[in-house]
Amino acid sequence: MLELQSVSTYYGNIQALKEISLTIEKGEIITLIGANGAGKSTTLMSISGVVPPRDGDVIFQGESIMGMDAAEVVAQGICQVPEGRRIFPHLTVQENLDMGALLRSDREGIRTDLNYVFSLFPILAERRGQAGGTLSGGEQQMLAISRAIMARPKLLLLDEPSLGLAPLIVQQIFEIIKQINQENGTTIFLVEQNANQALKVAHRGYVMENGRITLADSAANLLSNQEVKNAYLGV
Amino acid sequence: MDFDYFLRLFFSGLTRGSIYALLALGYTMVYGIIKLINFAHGEIYMIGAFTALIMATVFSFTGMPTLAILVLSSLVALIYSSAYGFTIEKLAYKPLRKAPRLSVLISAIGMSLFLQNYVLLAQTSNFLPYPSLLPQVPVPRFLQGIINSQQIIIFTTTAVVMVLLTLLIKFTRMGKSMRATSQDRVMATLVGINVNKVISWTFLIGSFTAALGGILISSFTGQINFYVGFIAGIKAFVAAVLGGIGSIPGAVLGSLVLGMTESFAAGYLSSVYEDVFAFIILVLILIFKPSGLLGRPETQKV
Repeated sequence: MLELQSVSTYYGNIQALKEISLTIEKGEIITLIGANGAGKSTTLMSISGVVPPRDGDVIFQGESIMGMDAAEVVAQGICQVPEGRRIFPHLTVQENLDMGALLRSDREGIRTDLNYVFSLFPILAERRGQAGGTLSGGEQQMLAISRAIMARPKLLLLDEPSLGLAPLIVQQIFEIIKQINQENGTTIFLVEQNANQALKVAHRGYVMENGRITLADSAANLLSNQEVKNAYLGV
Repeated sequence: MDFDYFLRLFFSGLTRGSIYALLALGYTMVYGIIKLINFAHGEIYMIGAFTALIMATVFSFTGMPTLAILVLSSLVALIYSSAYGFTIEKLAYKPLRKAPRLSVLISAIGMSLFLQNYVLLAQTSNFLPYPSLLPQVPVPRFLQGIINSQQIIIFTTTAVVMVLLTLLIKFTRMGKSMRATSQDRVMATLVGINVNKVISWTFLIGSFTAALGGILISSFTGQINFYVGFIAGIKAFVAAVLGGIGSIPGAVLGSLVLGMTESFAAGYLSSVYEDVFAFIILVLILIFKPSGLLGRPETQKV
């Protein structure tokens, strides 16, 4: 479904991604784990067209999406929940969700999806009229994920959804990620520092170090890999 | 002091405030979206007024009724000025989208000087008489001698524009996109907002209201020259900062406060120093409440 072919991305003269290649098949949950500054977020921003890659190619559903601007990438069906959630703080919860569905015009479908996200996160229904910035961190993460679902994406990019959240909420968020994948068949690319949790929900995983992919394997194998254990699982 | 005098000053302040508000909207909206003080904004106001003057003169040869001349010439002027605002953004600001903010600011100042001098060359440096195109509306009995027909038209028009703009910002898809873009530009692109389109619309709307203000005030004062946009622009900018730059209700409130202050200060203290009060307010607000009356303090989350 998505293929990165030796993608290199730079910030000025600094090379953040060094010939990254990876593939994501339809219906999979793929995780990308790695330390701070490894280039995980840059990978997502490169796919989304926010930080356009300088070399390589990004293929989505058989066609190159290199050079498209961010809004066009969204129109192709790739939605990102960025790091730090980036809720529109002065828009209400409802308006934030409306923004997610901005490019759609099927009123029926939008209503169905709205009910769907409210069934996933009933707290959002209660807070509909409240400004996004007044929500707690966990609620904001729920809203950020819901906002992305409202676009009915083919591929959902999640950047550190567990960052800064209480363990109980983290558990809940990962459950929902799994549920979205199973119920809607949404393909998910999950970037995480919480490698343990991420590998438990993912089918396959990639390990990133200093802008390079150093390991690629099934999630189960990565969980039992000694190097991964030492470096990322804290065992 | 007698009460009639007070009321006259009050309504004179309201008139000024309305015009500042029509201008300040453009400053505050553009700032909200691209964090730029568009110094060429006052020139749009001047160009709007000039265009309406030229068109009114042209149309008056056709022997149309005054109201038709007013509507047609204003329409042409509003569209023409909006196109100016749109073009200025494309020429002078868009190429600098990724440049430091100072570069864009200097580009804006350059654009302002360019437009002033262009109108100076194309027209004249003298003040030109401006025809009073506004129709006579009945003034309520108890306000006769205090307020005139033109002022009533100015308040009403401004109020209608404010209501329409509020509805647009609050409920339309473009309005929501504007608010989202001003709150988080990267996230706005990540939900599929075409930021360039939002910016263009912001310039179109801001230029439209500025030109409207220019036409109204010129009809009221009865004269115009190439320089009127500069001083009005600076004052509307003060009003926008006073209200909290980036905030639309703030721009309206700031404009009314500024208009009233100028009017009362000129009426009770001295009209010689009329223009000084705006800048005294600017200095005070920057010292004591830099985020403005309704502005949100800039917070940085780590």
